[in-house]
Parts: sequence; structure tokens; C-alpha cells
Amino acid sequence: MTDAPGVTLQGGASINGAPLFAPLVLSLNAGEWTCLLGGSGVGKSTLLRLISGLATGAKFDGSVTASDALPVADRVAYMAQDDLLLPWATVRQNVQLGSRLRGEDTDTGRLARILSQVGLTDHAGKKPGALSGGQRQRVALARTLMEDKPIILLDEPFSSLDAQTRSAMQELTVDVLRGQTVLIVTHDPAEAARLGQSIFVLRPAGVQRFPHPTSPIPRPIDDLQTLECQAALLKLLREGSP
Amino acid sequence: MKALSALLATLFALAIWQLIVTLTGLPRFILPGPALVAETWWANRALIAEHTWVTALEVVLGLAIGSTLGVATALHLASSPAARVLVQPILVFTQALPVFALAPILTLWLGFGLWSKVFMAVLIIYFPITSSFFDGLMRTPPGYLDLARTMQASPARILWHIRIPAALPSLASGLRLAGVYAPIGAVIGEWVGASRGLGYLMLLANGRAKTDLMFASLLTLGVFAVLLHVTVVWLTRRLLLEETTNSRNEISA
Repeated sequence: MTDAPGVTLQGGASINGAPLFAPLVLSLNAGEWTCLLGGSGVGKSTLLRLISGLATGAKFDGSVTASDALPVADRVAYMAQDDLLLPWATVRQNVQLGSRLRGEDTDTGRLARILSQVGLTDHAGKKPGALSGGQRQRVALARTLMEDKPIILLDEPFSSLDAQTRSAMQELTVDVLRGQTVLIVTHDPAEAARLGQSIFVLRPAGVQRFPHPTSPIPRPIDDLQTLECQAALLKLLREGSP
Repeated sequence: MKALSALLATLFALAIWQLIVTLTGLPRFILPGPALVAETWWANRALIAEHTWVTALEVVLGLAIGSTLGVATALHLASSPAARVLVQPILVFTQALPVFALAPILTLWLGFGLWSKVFMAVLIIYFPITSSFFDGLMRTPPGYLDLARTMQASPARILWHIRIPAALPSLASGLRLAGVYAPIGAVIGEWVGASRGLGYLMLLANGRAKTDLMFASLLTLGVFAVLLHVTVVWLTRRLLLEETTNSRNEISA
């Protein structure tokens, strides 16, 4: 993998003429975690889909560019709230889905390394139905890692997990995604405060950069500065809603 | 438990049948009792077996050909928007025609032999298989497709690795329907014009007031249809569903 580029999205989107979000600039620093926080229906997922080149159903006026001027969409790996595991395929087959879909040979050494990194070596032959929610999300993480892409887009990846599993997954994910440019979309202020090396709040009026704690990520769950940031973010979100 | 309930239901049906015959005192050429039908069945077992074999062959050939054609059509429709525009309306229109009405012309074109009946069975099962598999192929969960697109997958590989496996349960329900319809197609074909097969035998026995033989043939056809249904259900589970359900992990783990 070459060095991860920074990514800048600028422009506005509308659905049937009604603006979804006003023209805005969202820039992701190269090799860092950017958190995009916002309530439901403000277009967070649309922004993420625009960067990954997926269809959105919204009309987008603007551009998505990388700091090295190369195309963005084919250097993206994507992980969603729904783990999107194929129920008929084993954990191992799910993790190597990308190479199977491109007709490439899988690097089996790398596959074994990634499975052990996320603690799934013993479950490699199982099907997703036999796994817990946290394990399934680890399979999805392993599949994302296996793609070996410099830009990682996470769409509320931990929101269906219970609190303790979620915090463990946050730490594991930061641990394994070192050096990539990561955009995580979330509605959870605690997640943004723990993981953001930049934090943006998205509202219909546009994006607002929010001061983030200075300590390295993943920040401890009892770090005072992180908790203050979380509280301030929640306050800001609540002001925005009626 | 299931076998016991089937046995009890059979005995119950036979008892009601006998009761009706005894109470109404209908002559045996109108409604023969179960004992007489069993006796006739045994006396004519070679004849019935010969005709059953013919019908069974028609049905199995019809199922094999119809399923292959249906699967191929569904795959083609699912991967080609042009085919959807051109072929889908034709399919729906042909399905609106009663297939029974085509039986005489099929006999005219294909003769009195095996193939007019096979083709009748093919016609009657082709649409359920095509439409159920096609629906399954078009209803792939959109998240899978998004994921595949970010992985730069080609449409052919998405079809093979994601859309087809995701559609197998729909194909299985189409095949189960086909297993029920196929004998109907073959028997209609035999009624219109044949010299062999259970449908022919029933018509022949009926025409000669051999109602007991008619019933013996009818019951044989019923037993054959049930066995066919059970076999198709077992086969689809075995071949299609075990691979796609997530509740049977121990099998491949």
C-alpha cells in the first residue's frame, strides 16, 4: 500500500430540488481519523457514498479529490452498520470476498495474519449465523482490512453493538487501521470524541469543524478531556434539533 | 410423528370413502369402494406399472428440461436489461394463455408419443421457475451490491458469487411448485392424445365404465405425485438450501 492520500469533498447535494446539504467543504487529513457527526437524515451517509462512488439518489454538484490527484473511488474500502456478511459463505470466504469478486488469488498468509489480528482464527470455518454480533463485525473489519485500500470509509460501523463490545471494537479498529485515511460517520458523540483526529458536525446549513481532544486515539473511555468533548458535542447536536 | 399423522389421515379418508359407499349404496360403476379398488389395482398391477413408468418418464424429462430452460431464462433476464424489455412482456402474455388450450396443437406438432407430453410439462413449469428465480435474482440485498461495487467486481462475478447464491431459496420454491405442476401437464397431454400413460389409462377405464380401474390409476397418480413432491423438496434442500442457510453451519464447518 502506498501512502494514504488526503481527501477533499466540496459541493452541495439536493434530492428532487430540495437541498439535502448546502455547499460545503469536508477534508480528510491523510493518514488520520476524521469523524463526521450528525443526526439522522442530514446526509451523512450520502457524503460517505459520494466519496466511495456509490449511487446516492441525490443530485451532487461538486467534486471529490485526493491530495495526490489520483482517482478516489477505486481506492476505498467500505464498512457499514450492517455487517453485510454473506450467510452462505464461511468466515474465511467472507474475508476474501474482494479477491473472489475480482477473480484474483488470495494471499493466504495475509488472510491468516488478518484473521489472527481480529481474533477469528478459530472461527474461520464457521458461517456468520454461528457468530455473535461483535464477532460478525470483526469479520466485516477483517474483510475491510483484506482489501488493503488507503482510504477507509466507516458508516456507523459499531452502532448495532452493545456498549462494551462497541468500545472494544473501536480500540481494535484504530489498532489495525494505522496509516490509512479514515472517515467514520456516526451519530454517537462518545464515538466521535474517542476516535476523531478531526471532528466535523454536519447540519443542513453545512459542516462545522469542532475542536477535538489532543491525546492520541483511541482515547481512554474515562479521559476527562474526551468526556468534556463528548458532552459539548451532544449539547451542540441538541441545539440543532427542535 | 409425521409418518404417523399421514397414516392416520389415510385411514380416516379410506373410512369416509367406505362409509359413503355403504350409506348411499351407489353402484360400483359409479363409486367403487376402497376394497374393490385395491383388488383391481392388484389384479392390474403390471398394466398400471407400465403406464406409470411412461407418465413418470414424461414428468421427469419435463422437469429436467423445464428447469434448465427456466434457470437459463432467469439468468439471461437478470443480466440483460434489453432482454427484460423484450422478453418479459412476452413471458407474461404467454402465461396468461391457458396452457391446456395448447395441448391439441402440441399433439398435432409433436405427435402422440412421449414428446408432446414432455413439452406440455415443460410449458406448465417453465414460468413458475423462471419468475421465482428471476425475482430472487433481482432482489439481492442492495448492501451486498454496494459492497461488491467498492470492490471493483465485474457484473458476471457479482452474479456468480452474490446474486445467484442469494436467489437459490427463491429458485427452490419455484422448483417445489414445478414438482406439483409437472404431473398435471403430462396427464393433460395424455388426455388429449396418447396410447400410453396413466392419463390415457384413466380415460380408457372411464370410457368403458371400469370405474374401479379408473380409481386405481388415479390413486397411483396421486401417490406418484406425492412421492415426486417429497423427492423434489428433499433434493432442493440437499442441493440448494443447505449451502445458503445460516442455520445449518455444522454441515460445512
